[in-house]
Amino acid sequence: MTSVKVKLKQNDIDKIKEICAAHNYEPGELINVLHQTQEYFGYLPAEIQEVISWELNVSAAKVYGVVTFYSYFTMTPKGRYPVSVCTGTACYVRGAENVLEEIKKQLDLQVGETSDDGKYSLSCLRCVGACGLAPVVLVGDKTYGRVAPDDVKGIIDEYKDKD
Amino acid sequence: MDTIKLTIDQQELEVPAGTTIYHAAKKLGIDIPVLCYMELEDWNIENKPGGCRICVVEVEGRHNLAPSCSTECKDGMVVKTNTPRVMNARRTVMEFILSDHPKDCLTCPKSGSCDLQDMAVRLGVREIPNEDIAEISTYRLDTSPAIIRDIDKCIMCRRCETMCNDVQTVGALSAINRGFESVVTPAFEMNLEASPCTYCGQCVAVCPTAALTEKDYTAEVIRALSDPEKTVIVQTAPAVRAALGEEFGMEAGSLVTGKMVSALRKLGFDKVFDTDFAADLTIIEEGAEILDRLKRSANGDENVRLPILTSCCPGWVNFFEYHFPNLKDIPSSARSPQQMFGSVAKTYFAEKMNVKRENMVVVSVMPCLAKKYESQRDEFKVDNNPDVDYSISTRELAHLMKQANMNLNKLPDEDFDKPLGESTGAGVIFGTTGGVIEAATRTAYELYTGKSLNEKVTFEQLRGWEGIRKAEVDFDGFTLKIGIAHGLGNARKLLEEIEEGKSTYHAIEIMACPGGCIGGGGQPLHHGNASILKKRSEAIYREDAGKKIRKSHENPYIKELYEEYLGEPLGEKAHQLLHTKYFDRSTKRQFKI
Amino acid sequence: MHLMVCGGTGCRASASDTIEQKLKNKLEEKNLENDIQVVTTGCFGFCEKGPIIKVLPDNTFYTQVSPDDVDEIIEEHIIKGRQLTRLLYKDPQKDETIADAKDMGFYKKQLRIALRNCGFINPENIEEYIARDGYEALGKVLTEMQPMDVIDAVKTSGIRGRGGGGFPTGLKWEFAYNNQSDQKYVVCNADEGDPGAFMDRSILEGDPHSVIEAMSICGYSMGSDTGIVYIRAEYPLAINRLKTAINQAREFGLLGEDIMGSGFNFDIQLRYGAGAFVCGEETALIHSMEGSRGEPTIKPPYPAASGYLDKPTNVNNVETFANIPVIINKGADWFAKIGNKNSTGTKVFALAGKINNVGLIEVPMGTTLREVIFEIGGGIKDNKKFKAVQTGGPSGGCLTEEHLDTPIDFDNLLAAGSMMGSGGMIVMDEEDCMVSVAKFFLDFTVEESCGKCAPCRVGNKRLYELLTKITDGKGTREDLDILRNQSNVIKDTALCGLGQSSPSPVLSTLNNFYEEYLAHVEEERCPAGQCKNLMKYIIDEENCVGCTACARVCPVGAITGEKKKVHEIDPNLCIKCGACMDKCKFNAIFIK
Repeated sequence: MTSVKVKLKQNDIDKIKEICAAHNYEPGELINVLHQTQEYFGYLPAEIQEVISWELNVSAAKVYGVVTFYSYFTMTPKGRYPVSVCTGTACYVRGAENVLEEIKKQLDLQVGETSDDGKYSLSCLRCVGACGLAPVVLVGDKTYGRVAPDDVKGIIDEYKDKD
Repeated sequence: MDTIKLTIDQQELEVPAGTTIYHAAKKLGIDIPVLCYMELEDWNIENKPGGCRICVVEVEGRHNLAPSCSTECKDGMVVKTNTPRVMNARRTVMEFILSDHPKDCLTCPKSGSCDLQDMAVRLGVREIPNEDIAEISTYRLDTSPAIIRDIDKCIMCRRCETMCNDVQTVGALSAINRGFESVVTPAFEMNLEASPCTYCGQCVAVCPTAALTEKDYTAEVIRALSDPEKTVIVQTAPAVRAALGEEFGMEAGSLVTGKMVSALRKLGFDKVFDTDFAADLTIIEEGAEILDRLKRSANGDENVRLPILTSCCPGWVNFFEYHFPNLKDIPSSARSPQQMFGSVAKTYFAEKMNVKRENMVVVSVMPCLAKKYESQRDEFKVDNNPDVDYSISTRELAHLMKQANMNLNKLPDEDFDKPLGESTGAGVIFGTTGGVIEAATRTAYELYTGKSLNEKVTFEQLRGWEGIRKAEVDFDGFTLKIGIAHGLGNARKLLEEIEEGKSTYHAIEIMACPGGCIGGGGQPLHHGNASILKKRSEAIYREDAGKKIRKSHENPYIKELYEEYLGEPLGEKAHQLLHTKYFDRSTKRQFKI
Repeated sequence: MHLMVCGGTGCRASASDTIEQKLKNKLEEKNLENDIQVVTTGCFGFCEKGPIIKVLPDNTFYTQVSPDDVDEIIEEHIIKGRQLTRLLYKDPQKDETIADAKDMGFYKKQLRIALRNCGFINPENIEEYIARDGYEALGKVLTEMQPMDVIDAVKTSGIRGRGGGGFPTGLKWEFAYNNQSDQKYVVCNADEGDPGAFMDRSILEGDPHSVIEAMSICGYSMGSDTGIVYIRAEYPLAINRLKTAINQAREFGLLGEDIMGSGFNFDIQLRYGAGAFVCGEETALIHSMEGSRGEPTIKPPYPAASGYLDKPTNVNNVETFANIPVIINKGADWFAKIGNKNSTGTKVFALAGKINNVGLIEVPMGTTLREVIFEIGGGIKDNKKFKAVQTGGPSGGCLTEEHLDTPIDFDNLLAAGSMMGSGGMIVMDEEDCMVSVAKFFLDFTVEESCGKCAPCRVGNKRLYELLTKITDGKGTREDLDILRNQSNVIKDTALCGLGQSSPSPVLSTLNNFYEEYLAHVEEERCPAGQCKNLMKYIIDEENCVGCTACARVCPVGAITGEKKKVHEIDPNLCIKCGACMDKCKFNAIFIK
């Protein structure tokens, strides 16, 4: 997994320690701790995993093994406008692949990447449970249904002038 | 115990409840192939992920094939181990595994002793379907002073993980990613050097392929031997002589001391010495330290920390420096025999021979991979010149001999050179769990009590295979409480007791590898056969029993060394040459908090 | 009067929350807020026609409502009592509007047990659940039944696990009951991972108490005081509703200590999944709950003997639990009469794909595929031809026309080469290439394989590569044999259920659509016209006027020809981008 190098500030470390303390430093709570930490920081760079490893007394190798196992965890920050394309079966059958190709082209991003300015990131997800609207694209929390490749430009244009 | 009746390949048999199909078949002489499965019975070490699926068999009434390594026998079960369906499945799975494995067998360091290669031969794999379109995982090579990780060759058997995490509790390795991308690495895919790895080499000892191998220094040794400027001397650790024969087809437990010496001499070493000599030296220093601490403690000195821990094992030293830095004052400050030998060789002996330090090359033959790292530690260098230049493993020595057209079986027996080749039985037993503390006890007893043990030099209570052993030795009214642990997971338990203030021992011996040095990461591969290790241990005790002198302090050359050069045990010169200090290496982690 | 606004994810995605807020504002404006209640409810199931608003008590079912329709609904329906015909469902066959859901083809054949409350109650109000017999079953169990009576009832009902395996639920409970321990756990598997199935989500969002009640009943019967819901982190709405429901149940004394004065203690915690399909497998799920990689381990030991923290653990899926209170209330015999002999009760399916009525449906076991697809589902979209239906998600298979009259149940689907799975049902038409569909599912399995066993880790990757070779037109007939053998071996040797069933999409399409595979490998042709690399763009000599527009737009210079003469496409250069076809004004370019 690609990662970014960060230098943690003392209050960041305190926050992680606080989360670990709230879970009683239980090694078994590793995944819950990772969830909360990612919720707070937006991602889980190696430095953060290392702190968690020491606090929960779990080897850093194991923490990394867990982080890389689950697709929900990420070691790179998502964009401010994370674009996700549902590639569940219903969306696939209704042409999600072409939509994805168009988004890649428009954003000049591959799946899993974040744009250099940190504005957009692109990911695929499996079934958001909105199969009636297939194919579905999400930008942040906003859902776009029945998206055709031709609609992609319009969707992205909505975010063009935002920071 | 309940017994179970079943049929395997038309043969009926009875087995105790809980027996797996694999073990039951073994009883009938049916050898079901296993790849990821590994068992070291005596230490309750079992790697049973059920991942390779090579050992599958047909069980009547079951819709799919069953992994025999992990399927328990049931009453009335009918098992077939060799139907066309089973054989096709095995071969196809093997093709899958090989399709994601490099095909550089000819130049692979594991060629000839590779479990995967053997299995491919056995299953008759001749080609891999659609090999041209099969993606192969590639990763970067990771080279450390002791271990090389070439995880392109990892087949996810998980044996290394079992050893590193469950047995050794080192926690340097974990499976990462998932699916086709999954592989075993240190955290954040860092190098081993940046991880908590102790270089104990147990991962190397069990790796079925060349994903984990030792860093090979034979080329450097050959270069040194061919350099006319250099005086090249060699030391051999006690466990090597009890295992080297296996590399030449001898039975496990064959003692090949004399043949090994003549081989080394033929290879061109100027002097062939014995690490056992340095082991005797270690006992003098460590024994003196134990007695000193005991006496000071008895006199009420509260600064004395007990128990004292042995320090001969570099894997173990790495372990406590990383995981228990707060205990770094407890182990004996005595250097390991390898390093004592090196410093004595490059001072006392070099002066004796009138060879300049920089023209002397010290090679060690060790059952161990951590010794490679140890020899490169800064504190064991003088003006950047290491006391021990190259540390090679038992396996590397065997390779070297084969390259030099030597067959160990055909070599005559020869004696070590003097003075650094003379040793006692106490030095020999350093190679097996319990041996160091037994050697120390032989000397400490006599020095403490002033009485002679005479012929009663063996302390049976210190021997055995239990991972953690407790023993008491009567020192003429004073009871010396001894703890012994082999395997770092067991060591951890004793250390945690110390941390919690619950430890009641006076002295603890720790060896990083299960079985001690005889089971070291540099030894001939045991391929999961624990009985081999037992036989090596027996050989070591046999060598001890056959020695004329069996107590370190009676080694005449050790006495001479102190008289001529070192002065007193724990004295200034001894301190400078034979002792060391330990460092907090928990800060070695890449990301400072 | 009540306005039930669908708060399911599908409808939320098309602004049902805006609609709800606008309704409330409008009612306030008209001073009607005390007479008319706006209620957020769970999924109605008819997602195709969302957002949905149902008006009670007259049962008017408005479809595809937009925020702009709010004023009119209030003015016309609420104030003047006149239905808005334009928002009513229009029967596509008869071309007439239907106001009441129960008269619609989509609902007629359905029987809603697990989904009984979805669309009827406000899931955030425990009193509404109680008003519809909620917690009555728990009361009955705690006061009138011994643990073994409960297990017997569940056994008699014949209910089998709805998560995919189809293992008899009562037996599972009995195993957990028989294993003595100081601590046992009830686990609800809500890590719905099947791409294209969302029934668990809808139940948790629409009727969370039914799961809480059932888990308590299970806890009582097997002797456990701790329930854990392992829920997908990607389901924030479900998580929030479940949390609310748990808190309300605690306030009402329906969770916690001494429930209903019976001396029985039970409480529920949440654990979050983190995006791993394999965690639907119960041993993997347990390892994940313990904070580890979600790798399955060999059974035995079964979780009923040694599960979470090595204690006896019973794992059931959301839909299974949702059935339990009804079984207790209406009786095991009542339940056992629904459906088939070996597959009792109902099953929820997520109907999707090329079908008119996409949505969530619940039908008695034994309903035929034809009834589901053509009556409930309203047939194939755009009047295309039905080609296949894929059931069971990535572990299932593709069934064809000849299977349409197969009664849907666990055993029949398995016999037909597919499986029930968690209930995804994707309908495909003539434009779907079956090789590509198999490849799509393999892509999923490759990504979701945990990597522990070699057949799944490497084998599935090889299947995927081989399918790619075939869809690229480079496959051979021999490859089809290799494909079949490798698939069979993976099925035969993989460690867990995910791995063992991962080749099902390949095997079922090989069995049912062999001709289509042959067309790919022998004629380099994709009959469905979906495989891009097998497409050939061709210029029709009749229609081409030689305007050069195509040659100018072609990004790779594959088109040549003189002005006013027929042009030609070099198939070796063509990258099949389709730009020429878009540009041509004379319909002179077509795909072969």
